[in-house]
Amino acid sequence: MYNGGKIIVGLVVFIALFAFPFYYNIGKAMEKPEPKTDTPAILQWEKEHGKKECVESKEFMRSEHMQLLNDWRDSVVRNGDRIYTNAAGKQFTMSLQNTCMNCHSNKKEFCDKCHNYMAVKPYCWGCHIQPKENKS
Amino acid sequence: MKIVFPFFAVIALVLLAFAGVKVANLQFLFGVIIPYVAAATFIIGFVIRVLKWGRSPVPFSIPTTAGQQKSLPWIKQNKLDNPSGTMGVIGRMALEVLFFRSLFRNTKTELHEGPRLAYGSEKFLWLAGLAFHWSFLIIFVRHFRFFMGQVPAAIQMIEGVDSFFQIGAPLLYMTDVVLLAAVSYLIFRRLAMPLIKYISLPADYFPLFLIFGLGASGVIMRYFAKVHIVGVKQLVMGLISFSPVIPEGIGVVFYIHLFLLSILLIYFPMSKLMHMGGVFLSPTRNMPNNSREVRHINPWNYPVHVHTYEEYENDFRDKMKKAGLPVEKE
Repeated sequence: MYNGGKIIVGLVVFIALFAFPFYYNIGKAMEKPEPKTDTPAILQWEKEHGKKECVESKEFMRSEHMQLLNDWRDSVVRNGDRIYTNAAGKQFTMSLQNTCMNCHSNKKEFCDKCHNYMAVKPYCWGCHIQPKENKS
Repeated sequence: MKIVFPFFAVIALVLLAFAGVKVANLQFLFGVIIPYVAAATFIIGFVIRVLKWGRSPVPFSIPTTAGQQKSLPWIKQNKLDNPSGTMGVIGRMALEVLFFRSLFRNTKTELHEGPRLAYGSEKFLWLAGLAFHWSFLIIFVRHFRFFMGQVPAAIQMIEGVDSFFQIGAPLLYMTDVVLLAAVSYLIFRRLAMPLIKYISLPADYFPLFLIFGLGASGVIMRYFAKVHIVGVKQLVMGLISFSPVIPEGIGVVFYIHLFLLSILLIYFPMSKLMHMGGVFLSPTRNMPNNSREVRHINPWNYPVHVHTYEEYENDFRDKMKKAGLPVEKE
């Protein structure tokens, strides 16, 4: 082999970079985030309606909530329309603080769980007032 | 045929992943086994390929000399275009790898009426190539949020800059748009320019279509047919900690994306994509132009027996003396 030293150093650097995720996470167990839906308001709803439910289905909310919130913002701020009709025909007031956070009053245990896991930083709280939570 | 075959090959790969996950429920095959095989093929294939190149001799000192070489002290040397030492070579190589400097000098040849031959500057290939490679690098680095438990601030910062304009939700990444636009241009270029089209092979089209498919599937699952993203990270973290899990309900687009990536990794070491490693092994770029200071020995050279003057004199000393010729040794 010609210039063996340099080539092998290059290959070692390449392998070290490529294998980085494999050794970076060793010993850093990361459990699956479990957003908590056990606030008093949700439990109350469950008692009255027999089940936990959001404005749309769980699967829809899980993947589309950011889009929904974005649409709500546009609808309220730009068109002044605060009434949301869901897939089942039920109507809700479009409001992050009064509708969403009324039930999901546990931002740290709900929103932040997945957002921190995925390193997502939504800019909701750039305008809205972040709910004050008692550290539990 | 040169275009149609690679195009439908990529379509077939997409359909294969779709059918495999949606119809046959082979999540474990597409989510665990194929990615592992692909990662192993990529790294082993890459190393084998580079070692094979490393064993090839470089017979001559052949750096490209694109500027004034090192000469007399009052002649100014062009240190980057005609390096004579290691630092110059590193500088030239860095500019080559990071900014594609030799592609910047790309020219086009045109035959006008007359006939009149004209040469002109051709920067679009350089521009699209640079846009493509840099977006790809940024997208690659951004993906590390799926590979790390605690995402470092540096990666979050790159992501923040990339989604700076805060368009839509989830935020639109600029690099997503640039990558797809640049790849589209690179495909379009091969189809639209007759000379380029003539020399393009399936091996040129296939990676372009594959990377376009990879980018498009990524864009689709981020902005349109959204997937269960927390599940995706669980799957990835499971893969890299060698305790694979298949979370429920991830969405088929993710498996298509992962399958296209796996194919790219498998295809990489046996294709022209190896220019990633090969650029560092280009003798015209990685050799200093110092052939007057350091003798470059051709490794092919057969050990030729040289008949030196000393040996000649030893053979003919007596005859030389008789003829009255001067000799060095008596």
